[in-house]
Amino acid sequence: MTEKQLREVVLRALTQIAPDIDPTEIDPDAEFVEQLDIDSMDFLNIIVAINEQTGIEIPERDYAKVSTLNDAIGYLAAAQTTQPVGAQAPE
Amino acid sequence: MPALGADMESGTLLEWYVKPGDTVKRGEVVALVDTNKAEIEVEIFDEGVIDQLLVAEGVRVPVGTVLATIRPLAQRNGAPAGSPSRAPAPLAPSPARPPSMKVSVRPQDGHPVARRAAERLGVDLATVSGSGPDGAITKIDVERAAAAGTAVKRPSASTAAPAPVRAVAGRRDGQARAPAERHEAPARAPAERQDAMREAIAALMARSKREIPHYYLELQIDMSRALAWLHEQNLRRPVAQRLLSSALLLSAAAKAAAQMPEMNGFWVDGAFRPGAGVHLGVAISLRGGGLIAPALHDADHKTLDELMAGVRDLVARARAGRLRSSEMSAPTITVTNLGDRGVDLVHGVIYAPQVALIGFGAVRERPWAVDGMLGVRPIVIATLAADHRAGDGHTGARFLTIIDQRLQRPEEL
Repeated sequence: MTEKQLREVVLRALTQIAPDIDPTEIDPDAEFVEQLDIDSMDFLNIIVAINEQTGIEIPERDYAKVSTLNDAIGYLAAAQTTQPVGAQAPE
Repeated sequence: MPALGADMESGTLLEWYVKPGDTVKRGEVVALVDTNKAEIEVEIFDEGVIDQLLVAEGVRVPVGTVLATIRPLAQRNGAPAGSPSRAPAPLAPSPARPPSMKVSVRPQDGHPVARRAAERLGVDLATVSGSGPDGAITKIDVERAAAAGTAVKRPSASTAAPAPVRAVAGRRDGQARAPAERHEAPARAPAERQDAMREAIAALMARSKREIPHYYLELQIDMSRALAWLHEQNLRRPVAQRLLSSALLLSAAAKAAAQMPEMNGFWVDGAFRPGAGVHLGVAISLRGGGLIAPALHDADHKTLDELMAGVRDLVARARAGRLRSSEMSAPTITVTNLGDRGVDLVHGVIYAPQVALIGFGAVRERPWAVDGMLGVRPIVIATLAADHRAGDGHTGARFLTIIDQRLQRPEEL
């Protein structure tokens, strides 16, 4: 998956949780939790949605590494080279 | 119209899912109702055939109004006309409405002082029960009704439409309320819903602080064992089945409530009534503002996986505005967890007529002395706000201690 596709995956996961946010207004370097006022259940749901879309399992210890949009894209880009991609990629 | 939460005075029937002649089963969703706070699916607690729908879609009516009549299946071939039909809507215990309340539909009985009080407080005398001679309404009745939130606010002149007085609403527990004036309530705009929700929360919280002598306790709980167990579990679980520490806290609270029934129930009519089962109210903040606390039924018997699924489902439906009536009317004790928002502790306001509210702050690493040694441990501060009428600090302290003990044995949660 390209970085552009990964960005779409993450943004779609975010807007599923918080339909009121405008994806174009997300600060890519601000933490989701603060910026979007999400709680731990929301965050877990985002991790689950990313897993469904990419097949990448983000372990709990790495949650801090995916706390902003740019970090999450970077993490997923690196992870897809080491983790087998199991789930169907979105078109 | 069922009381879908202690802060609800009236509701708008948005949509009927059934029509006369339909056979309905216990637990079936029959209508969609708009409280001030959310759209709620109303379940039926009877079985039979829908006879008549008495409230049209789009009409706002006070709590207690009969929405529809239902014939038991055995009487399919015609109940005698005018026989008292059962209301499908009154749901399981509605502690917010004390059963002793009587109805007096005689506003003309109101003493001038009572009428002025009603005017000042915006109370509709037709919905106030009188305690004076011959059921006359006194000033105290009006003030009590306003304070308890049981009185219906008078519709403003511009929206009020005179309506014929219908039969007094029958309720299963014998109490009755008269329908007040009805007026059309169009679908709400989001901003209007925000205002209405704020108003509902304001009324309930003011009532709670006015009536309930709260006492507060707090306890720091070492979460080392619970979190170590949780992380070990999550390593083995697929992403979609991971647990959150909040599920452990909810489970510990529910099991402690089952162990101490004196914390789990309602203060009604000057006495404590234990809840039937532990129905854990979970405070959910809605995006864009507002708060709703639907129930996780029988939370003390649920596994952590069931609690996770339950909370996930409640949050999703609370935000989508699709909660069910049994979830809104049932909580026996409420938990609020503000840890995700980064605060250390929360001194909560009890959700009347419940008698206790448990608060959790953030799990943080703190210096912690054990056996003369100082270490760093993940600590959560659990707080209890409890009704001093229903119990004393000694009981509350035991309750918090039990939550702590439960969290030290995470494998049993």
